[in-house]
Amino acid sequence: MRINSIKRLKKCLVAAVAVTAVSLSAAGVVMAGGKDSLTIAYHVGVPAWDPTTGLSSVNPQLQSIYKSVFDQYIDQNPDLSFKPGLLTDWGWNDDRTKVHMTVRSGAKWQDGEPITAQDVVWNLNRASDPASGNPVAGFIWASVGDFEINGNEITGTVKSYTADYFKWMAFLTGYLIPPHYYEKVGKEGFEKKPMGSGPYMVDKFERGSYVRLKANPYYWGGKPAIENVVFKFVTNPASRIAEIESGSSDLTLNIPFEEYDRLKDKSGLVGVTTPVSDIAMIFFNDVEPFLDANVRKAAVHAVNRKALVDRLLKGYGVPLHTLEAPEYAAYDPSIKVAYDPELAKSLLAESGFSPSNPVELTIQTTRGYLPKDYEIIQAIVGMWRKVGIEAKIDVYEVAKHYELRAQDTLAPAAFYNWGNSVGDPQDSTGHAMFGPSPHSVWDTDDLDGMIGPLWGELDENKRIAGWKKVSRHIADNAYVLPLYQQVQPVIHRSGLSFTPYVSNFILPHTMGW
Amino acid sequence: MTAASLLRRLMLSVPTLFGVLVINFVLLRVVPGDPIAMMIGPGATPEDIQNLREIYGLDQSIFQQFLFYIRDLFNGNLGISISMRQDVVELIGGRLPVTLELAFVAIVIALVGIVGFGITASMWKGHWPEVLIDAFSGFVQAVPDFLWGLLFILIFGVLWAFMPIFGRMDLTVEFDPATQFYLFESLLRGDFVVFASVLQHIVLPALSLALPLIAVGTRLLKSSIIEAMAQDYVQLARVKGFSHFRIVVSQAFPNALIPTVTLTGVQMTFLIGGTVLVERIFGYPGLGNMAIDAVINRDLPLIQGIVLTFAVMFIVLNILIDMTYAFLNPRLRHD
Repeated sequence: MRINSIKRLKKCLVAAVAVTAVSLSAAGVVMAGGKDSLTIAYHVGVPAWDPTTGLSSVNPQLQSIYKSVFDQYIDQNPDLSFKPGLLTDWGWNDDRTKVHMTVRSGAKWQDGEPITAQDVVWNLNRASDPASGNPVAGFIWASVGDFEINGNEITGTVKSYTADYFKWMAFLTGYLIPPHYYEKVGKEGFEKKPMGSGPYMVDKFERGSYVRLKANPYYWGGKPAIENVVFKFVTNPASRIAEIESGSSDLTLNIPFEEYDRLKDKSGLVGVTTPVSDIAMIFFNDVEPFLDANVRKAAVHAVNRKALVDRLLKGYGVPLHTLEAPEYAAYDPSIKVAYDPELAKSLLAESGFSPSNPVELTIQTTRGYLPKDYEIIQAIVGMWRKVGIEAKIDVYEVAKHYELRAQDTLAPAAFYNWGNSVGDPQDSTGHAMFGPSPHSVWDTDDLDGMIGPLWGELDENKRIAGWKKVSRHIADNAYVLPLYQQVQPVIHRSGLSFTPYVSNFILPHTMGW
Repeated sequence: MTAASLLRRLMLSVPTLFGVLVINFVLLRVVPGDPIAMMIGPGATPEDIQNLREIYGLDQSIFQQFLFYIRDLFNGNLGISISMRQDVVELIGGRLPVTLELAFVAIVIALVGIVGFGITASMWKGHWPEVLIDAFSGFVQAVPDFLWGLLFILIFGVLWAFMPIFGRMDLTVEFDPATQFYLFESLLRGDFVVFASVLQHIVLPALSLALPLIAVGTRLLKSSIIEAMAQDYVQLARVKGFSHFRIVVSQAFPNALIPTVTLTGVQMTFLIGGTVLVERIFGYPGLGNMAIDAVINRDLPLIQGIVLTFAVMFIVLNILIDMTYAFLNPRLRHD
């Protein structure tokens, strides 16, 4: 009896091993790279599909996927300039009390239903409703209301003038979802099966793993060249490198520059680097010792931005002197803050400090959240030490940074990355430096007095000139330490035509084999 | 384990779970990292911020939030995820089977490895198989657990690219599952294409989890078998003329299992905890992978739900280990 049992057990074991062995050998690794398909090893996953509400809607890293599925009111070119999206025309009246928009004729949702002006107004009203959970409902979307529809034309009344209102139509939360579908399936149903009017439809979504997209036959811009697109959510950089090296993915991004340099030289792979709309900077807080202008100015003059970029980022960065990148509307190349350690020393000496009697402060930074963030701060601390600033590094998580910044309790210096993919000065210098903003750190009356009137400036030329003056004032007084414009490294398979965007978008519908 | 002692263990788990709930809830609200601060856009006004706090119930005091949380918990409601905007129970229900399946395969691999290597090493004590297995165990223990995942990706995904290194199954394979237990469901349905694909994808992450357990378990099993081999009943078996193989397998091995099961049980809790990093590295859509995203996004309801789930898993696992221990050791059944 016992011998029979053992024999049966042996047979079962052999059968199990055989099934396993056959299974493992039968299935091969599926390689990416078919002419009608594209696999992207993407660095973040999609937590939620509604691109207009909640935490995900203001996550810049998710915008590439959202833009593949949903249309924005207004679209952008690779250089950040604006172009028609679902709106073909838009603008203000002369005294900026009214807005007008024209909805694209013939555009359809992904179920074939036509997109109407009523749909657009439904979306605008929903965005401005605080109950919807749109994180910028009050400041942006509620600034215009009382919409009226006449065919494809929409007019609205300006409640409080916001110069970048239309730019936000191409920015965070500026997306449209189909009212008829959303009202039918509800919030949770929409999350399970999202629908928009963008170039791709969601074919299959496995939360935390991947999303498979299929070309939208109704897309007003024409059916995309690549029929099937997969965004794999590969959050680990080493795994993304393995994905592209093994041929499992056709494109990846956000990898260490050392790996980028190695991979771009490999046969069959192509490397593209693009300066993007992300600016590495150090916030200064209006607390001691930075209330002393000499200390602030010394801290800025002591930093060699070019050396940071060349040595730590292997040249992949663009040194900056203001919070405006070259592609932004208010960039002023004439504003320069010299690297001058001797000047820094003399400024500190005026305040009684020297390398042997340094001024002490704390600098906060993330570690591993941004490329070489901790190493950059270590290098800056070394540069500061040489002139007479002794800084203690405090490493924290980015979540803590947001909380401390919202409470205005950051250390005297704090490293951060400011993104602004629409390039309007309000959305970089403005919110970063205007005292009443929940995002600002430096709060002084002189600066707020300069920025305040610019929010309501109706003349666009005057407005941009005003922001340039603000940037110069900030540089002259060292209210912040801008460091460099980030560069996005992308590796893709050769044969794929890839269009880099300054806004850091990876858009499959602009690619082809 | 008697029914009474099982009941006692279950009752004792209630205050344990409550302690986990309280500590978890309070800690999450005390440590820095406000989810609303992460959510506010560049143009958000104080009214926008307050509105978001109200939407997510974070405008209440911690005590009030805790009372609402306990009330909802008794109704089977763990809240709505802040980042994923989905019901937390549903989210965890979708991911838990993925992690359980991965842990199950890892444990099977570990047990096969422990028994295979342990018996082999003790059979050939003092010879090269023992030296080789000892060296292997030492090497595996010296390498941090998560590094195995990265090493496997490099070896089997890049240098010798024949194993998938991402996800749960080939994206080209169509499967409409009724449950999230893809491996078991595909096997039961006889869908061997899906089974093969899921198995292929689970091997490397499961092996990464199993290796440290194999290393520890093998050493213990080997020394336990060697110790058992010095016992009188083994000498008697030798006198009776049993073969060396039969003595090791049928006489020494069953008695050497008790300490191995105890240690393996403890190590299994580490294995379950290890799924967090391994799932992340292999892009495996389990509970651990979701836990990291939840922490990054300060998704309080989701973190609370995941921690509670892990706590329940550990308690259940410990009870199961005790039951197995009692089954293997007859003396304990009468305690």
